[in-house]
Amino acid sequence: MRAPAIVFLLASIGLFAQGTAKNTCVDCHAALDGDTQRPALLIKNDVHTASGLTCVDCHGGNRNAEDPSEAMDRAKGFIGKPARTAIPKLCARCHSSPDFMRKFRPQQRVDQFELYQTSVHGKRLASGDDTVATCIDCHSVHDIRAVKDGMSPVHPLRLPETCGRCHADQHKMAKYGIPTNQLADYRTSVHWNALKIRGDLSAPNCASCHGNHGAKPPQVDSIAAVCGSCHVLFAQLYTKSVHEPIFSAASGGGGCIVCHSNHAIHQPSTAMLVGPKAVCSQCHEAETPGGQVAAQMAKWIDGLDSALKHSEAVVTSADKYGMEVSEAQVRLGDGRENLVKARLALHSFQPAEMRKPIEAGMAIANETLRAGQDALHEKDVRRMGLAASVVFIGITILAIWALIRRIESRGVSTQDHI
Amino acid sequence: MSGVIELLEHKTVPVHSATRWYYFGGITLFLFAIQVITGILLLLYYRPTVAEAFESVRFIMTRVEFGWLIRSIHSWSANLLIFAAFVHMFSVVFTHAYRKPRELTWLSGIVLLGLMLGFGFSGYLLPWNQISYFATKVGTDVAASAPLVGPAMGRFLRGGDDVGAATLTRFFAFHVMILPIITAGLVMFHILLVQKNGMSTPPWVSPSGVRQMRFFPNFFLRELMVWYFALAILGVLAAVFPWELGDKADPFASAPKGIRPEWYFLAQFYTLKLVPSHVWIFEGELLGILGFGLLAGSWAVLPFWGMDRTGAARTRLVTGVGVVLVAYLATFTVLGYYK
Repeated sequence: MRAPAIVFLLASIGLFAQGTAKNTCVDCHAALDGDTQRPALLIKNDVHTASGLTCVDCHGGNRNAEDPSEAMDRAKGFIGKPARTAIPKLCARCHSSPDFMRKFRPQQRVDQFELYQTSVHGKRLASGDDTVATCIDCHSVHDIRAVKDGMSPVHPLRLPETCGRCHADQHKMAKYGIPTNQLADYRTSVHWNALKIRGDLSAPNCASCHGNHGAKPPQVDSIAAVCGSCHVLFAQLYTKSVHEPIFSAASGGGGCIVCHSNHAIHQPSTAMLVGPKAVCSQCHEAETPGGQVAAQMAKWIDGLDSALKHSEAVVTSADKYGMEVSEAQVRLGDGRENLVKARLALHSFQPAEMRKPIEAGMAIANETLRAGQDALHEKDVRRMGLAASVVFIGITILAIWALIRRIESRGVSTQDHI
Repeated sequence: MSGVIELLEHKTVPVHSATRWYYFGGITLFLFAIQVITGILLLLYYRPTVAEAFESVRFIMTRVEFGWLIRSIHSWSANLLIFAAFVHMFSVVFTHAYRKPRELTWLSGIVLLGLMLGFGFSGYLLPWNQISYFATKVGTDVAASAPLVGPAMGRFLRGGDDVGAATLTRFFAFHVMILPIITAGLVMFHILLVQKNGMSTPPWVSPSGVRQMRFFPNFFLRELMVWYFALAILGVLAAVFPWELGDKADPFASAPKGIRPEWYFLAQFYTLKLVPSHVWIFEGELLGILGFGLLAGSWAVLPFWGMDRTGAARTRLVTGVGVVLVAYLATFTVLGYYK
């Protein structure tokens, strides 16, 4: 009877010991100061800690040894602080292994290191430049969090600032001779507005166009494809357009960015077609056929936009008076859709392509304007009818009152003590 | 017919300082008649299915000649009817007209008020718009959280676990068939009792010394004036503030912000919001519903605790309770609307 009890006790102790495995790295470093203490404080928030990995999985050594010389014995595999050039390979030991990653995140990609080697960062690191970004510069170190964690530096909402830590730093970028205005420009763009102001996590950030682990500037011939990965229909029309071969050969980028810029992509408007800031006028003089087509396109778009706005104002006014105009409101949505289609068709740079949505949109604008005006007229008719009814009811009330007075004056009004 | 003529010839109405409150019973009846007529007209076009309810109401409002007016009057009249019924009830309380031998008149009136609230609750869902869908969800959830019978009642009302197609069909049946049949019978019974017992005079008026007015034509013509006045108010409300239709109900959408029931349920709704989630070992909402149940029950039997053994009204007690109740309903309705 006693033997099984002892076996059970020993097994329990064994299990307990396993559950609370020692980590003398954290114990000792937590008692130190400054930079040597920081890893021990940060590591509790690290995604690897949550998966059961410990310091020795990256740094080597013996986490069970109490004696520092034994715990950090280089003869037994302790590597200490890895060289910056060695970091990608160190991370790749696990992150490039499908079998290993499957145990923790089976759906996670394992080609990050492969991609990194194709990136500008990876190539420069391979050539011995250890100031370029490695894994830890973007993902942080010792407090590495999952990408979807809002506190992760590579969370979509925080990524632009993370890239900007280096790319907006003139001192760091000086030796590479690349500009540092990308983050400032991006912060003026519609993409930034969607990401930061509207909180749309699907809005493009740096990695959406440049890639993340394989980060590099899009080449001239791939810009339309990069923009087209979201703006599919625009890209389809543009690649078939007369401008495609001309813009592809343009210096300083080419493709979509000839008109829309790269990082400072602002809300498009017809001011891009005509007027002092028109991008078309950079190549097409106003009097030339190209300039006239641009002016025609701008006129169509502005005309439809203002017609829809006018109709919307009339319909909204009728709605505020309590008139039922929901069908007109739905049709106005269709009108706006046609305006979007016209703006889309503009990217074919063929006026004929724009005519159909413009005409359809104008028909809807006129139809909804009539509906709104009819509703307002109906409102006036109702109020007139109401006024007439109230007058009629008032006269009837007065007539009844006169009748009561007449009856009661004849002495049949009330009776006392019936 | 001769009986009716004789009744009209001999029926009288006491004339005293509170005579004006007699008109509210008639106003309630008039508005009920408006509801019946406009309701029948709406039935010609309304289709009680999830796929068609909203569209059919929109069709009524946009395509049917004067459909907007009929629907708007039906909605406004429903609200004025409940308001008039409340005024009528409290006028009975403050003039102590519930006294013997009118206990049954009071009881039938209370049941009628409950039926009117039932009409309001069931009719609110029928346009199948976003607000009505979620308000019904909240309302049936409250009913379902009542002790003992709550879960069964919730399922009975909804025709399932959630508000859906079965609820709409069921509420339509309540609104146009079950409630009208019961109400029509009870209205006749209520009026019959009023005729049988005559008009009550307040305790401070001596029945023997009070002046009387012939019901027909004197009182009837005055009542007719009031009805015309009510009709004018209805017309103004329907034309200047047409009843909105809103957006079609979407069960998968999140509840609209600031969702609240119709004004006549606001006081209870706001009270339930104020009750803590737990009071000692009891659920707060359960306690709130129990409290309302007890209050409604006590109110229904007012004639029995509002009179002493001699049949005289306990005027101070009943008036005091009535004032507190009116103050509570008014204050909490306003708070429920604005908070």
